[in-house]
Amino acid sequence: MSNNPYIPHSKKEIKEMLTEIGVNSIDELYNDVPNRLDSDLDIPEASDEFSLRRKLKHLSELNSSLDDYAVFRGAGVYKHLIPAAVNSLASRGEFLTAYTPYQAEVSQGTLQMLFEFQTMITELTGMDIANSSMYDGASATAEAALMAARITKKEDVLVASSLHPEYIEVLKTYCFGADLNVIPVKYSADSGNLDFEDLKEKISENTATLILGYPNFFGIVEHLVKIKELLPKKVLLIAVINPIALGLLEAPGKLGADIVVGEGQPLGNPMNLGGPGLGLFATREKYIRKTPGRLIGQTKDLDGKTGYAMILQTREQHIRREKATSNICSNHSFNALLASIYMSLMGKNGIKEIATRCLKKSHYLYEKLLKIEGISPVFDGPFFHEFVLRINKDKTIEEINEKMLEEKILGPLSLERFFPNMENCALFCTTEAVNNDDITFLAGKLEEIL
Amino acid sequence: MTIFEKSRKNRTGYSLPDEDSLEVQIEKAIPEELLRSKDPSLPESSETEVVRHYNNLSKKNFSVDSGFYPLGSCTMKYNPRINESIASLPGFTELHPYQPEKTFKGALELMYDLKKLLSEITGMKSFTLQPAAGAHGELTGMLIIKKYFRSKGEKRNKVIIPDSAHGTNPASAKMVGFDVVEIKSNDNGIVDLEDLKKQIDEDVAGIMLTNPNTLGLFEKDICKITEIAHEKGALMYYDGANLNAIMGKVKPGDMGFDIIHLNLHKTFSTPHGMGGPGSGPVGVAEFLKDYLPVPIVDLDNEKGYYLKWNLNNSIGRVRSFFGNFNVLVKAYSYILMMGKDGLRLASEMAVLNANYLRKKLSTMIPTAFPGICKHEAVFDGSVLVDDYNVKTIDLAKKLLDYNVHPPTIYFPLIVNEALMIEPSETESKENIDNYISIIKEILVEARNDPEKLKKAPYTTPVRRLDEVTASRSPVVSYRQETEG
Repeated sequence: MSNNPYIPHSKKEIKEMLTEIGVNSIDELYNDVPNRLDSDLDIPEASDEFSLRRKLKHLSELNSSLDDYAVFRGAGVYKHLIPAAVNSLASRGEFLTAYTPYQAEVSQGTLQMLFEFQTMITELTGMDIANSSMYDGASATAEAALMAARITKKEDVLVASSLHPEYIEVLKTYCFGADLNVIPVKYSADSGNLDFEDLKEKISENTATLILGYPNFFGIVEHLVKIKELLPKKVLLIAVINPIALGLLEAPGKLGADIVVGEGQPLGNPMNLGGPGLGLFATREKYIRKTPGRLIGQTKDLDGKTGYAMILQTREQHIRREKATSNICSNHSFNALLASIYMSLMGKNGIKEIATRCLKKSHYLYEKLLKIEGISPVFDGPFFHEFVLRINKDKTIEEINEKMLEEKILGPLSLERFFPNMENCALFCTTEAVNNDDITFLAGKLEEIL
Repeated sequence: MTIFEKSRKNRTGYSLPDEDSLEVQIEKAIPEELLRSKDPSLPESSETEVVRHYNNLSKKNFSVDSGFYPLGSCTMKYNPRINESIASLPGFTELHPYQPEKTFKGALELMYDLKKLLSEITGMKSFTLQPAAGAHGELTGMLIIKKYFRSKGEKRNKVIIPDSAHGTNPASAKMVGFDVVEIKSNDNGIVDLEDLKKQIDEDVAGIMLTNPNTLGLFEKDICKITEIAHEKGALMYYDGANLNAIMGKVKPGDMGFDIIHLNLHKTFSTPHGMGGPGSGPVGVAEFLKDYLPVPIVDLDNEKGYYLKWNLNNSIGRVRSFFGNFNVLVKAYSYILMMGKDGLRLASEMAVLNANYLRKKLSTMIPTAFPGICKHEAVFDGSVLVDDYNVKTIDLAKKLLDYNVHPPTIYFPLIVNEALMIEPSETESKENIDNYISIIKEILVEARNDPEKLKKAPYTTPVRRLDEVTASRSPVVSYRQETEG
């Protein structure tokens, strides 16, 4: 084979090393291995990096990159504007190729970054503490449910049917493992908010927690204070947030949430077909020892200098094994870095500005679309940057979107995919990444198609 | 200094398109009581300051790009730049998971092909690429085992795990409600067959094994172990953390494993990213393929590459969307770059490096168990305590002063003062020689002045940190002075 750029050994060195070890061949190092392969793996021959790049670039071009599309679809993953500095800084090898900061003395970059990330998340959510990240919003939600069950020692997990459908699926999977019951709570067909009457019915002495989206999957902003009032004192309220929305919406920590989780992708992370995401996890100080995942704390070194280290590791699997708060080991630190740089650049004013633009554009689009004949509202609850409309025409939403794609527009999500009873209903989203002209164009095009 | 202390009121690090303000009143859209009463105190900085801040932070990190990083069980191999270049193509990054399937056929083909390659490397029938990390893969595997016995109407509640196993193994088993039964390692550092026979019964749902195990030793009785397990109807789970030793040499499927997870961020060179994102694909034998999470990427003569949503016994989703796609691109790129010979060579050189290091270092610090190791070697640091009056941690901390990374220490738990060293194949002979001479030098220092060594490191950005107080009274966020 041709030379391999990652493996430095010459034949001479291999021979010297084998001699030092006291064996005659590489094969001898595998003498204790049964059922050894007697033929090559059936995979392609090695490539050089230039041919490989050409091949995979071609493969990438079979995908429609949304780089130059106006995107009116969110539903859990959002196209936002990402300043160039985010990726440029994050791709430094000292961040990219470091591992979990087990040796704190040579990981202060990672540790301080994560400490600042935790601070930013507590600021956004209004909670006392935040961990240094989970895999994604869905698994963070499921972990929050397990934590609530541990704290309350109850088995029923109430979940709003208006939570992201894939989050509910993940929640069910984890709860199957943990032998917990997942009980859906309806949403009001009028407002899209949680159905308070149904909630009251579903609450029992076995209830551990109520989980809901803030905003929910339909973009509607729930009234957390009123909901919290309906919950018995010991039932934990878990809010699943969109961090951008918290630039405008009241911090859930101030409204009675006990655990706040969410998907951090909108903070400076590319869409990447939905992965990796960034699981956010924040809670009250009194639950710090029940929290899953890595926590970074501030401390002093031998000389009294401020430094940072992983703390409360006795909660974690590598110390506690089967008694750990979770099995989580890898987290999504790199995505937390992207989010931290993004939040640092945007700052206090920027996050509010982005949230404001998202909200204004979506409400503007909403009003504009409602003027088109055959388009009608579905819910009347307050919404942030996503909303549902019914399109009562002979064309399906898929057909409409097909036309939109030709114009380099990714149109709204057809909700029938997740809610069979919501025929002809579409979930629209706007962020600051669509400009006002795109909105006018979309409305015009939609009118034309209908 | 934290970024919060550098913050100055109304400074910004962004610019946005200048657009006409739309006639929308926020207060009309959202009731006032739902709006923020106080803005979040995010830092306020110029782009210049932000760039300097993170740039300076990065300089306080040790990484694979900085130097030798032989952290045992973590496979800190070099992360090829071509992977990064390919994974950042807009045709891969700028994809929405809910854009129409026909507009990401290239991504589907990549995922399908990656699954096939992983199947060939491991001998497993079918793969899911959904799990986000190794531990997440373990959880997926345990859920599959639970569901499998549930659907057979069997109530098996125990999982057997060796005392040398990674902590994630028992933690994952516990998350799906299994009781963990620990089996002992024998004098040779491998599973004690007699103890296994004693412990196994019809209540055992599975056995979780890492092979080579965490002592770096190959479980040579593996076929016997899988036979014992299968006789009792239990399933065999393979923790793929140490696959880097055996690519192209032997397949977990051929050892009799029913379920495996891989760590693409270890064996397949995707960067560790300070702790993640990783990726933990799970492969299963034929009879378990309908238990995998949905959706599955499949190939159909008419439809081409597509997402398959209906699997009879699927455990459901373990995360949103399709997995850590960006990481999958990097692993795919790596496998194609290496090719069949390259992967085998990687494993061979990883094993060669580990044995070379084992042989040379064991003259100073004895190995925990005798014999040839695979991709890593574990040393018993008792000699440091007995002969030098220092501990493993002191040696580890002193290594930092030499600008190399210490081994994994105090793991596996069954070895006293353990040092677990995994050089990986991307390190040269002289890097290993250098590491050995550094340790030799440190031992001389230890002999001369053990007290001094106990306070190492001296030259790092910070010195030993008080982690006890940090855990006793945790400060996990920067407490900002209250301002408007």
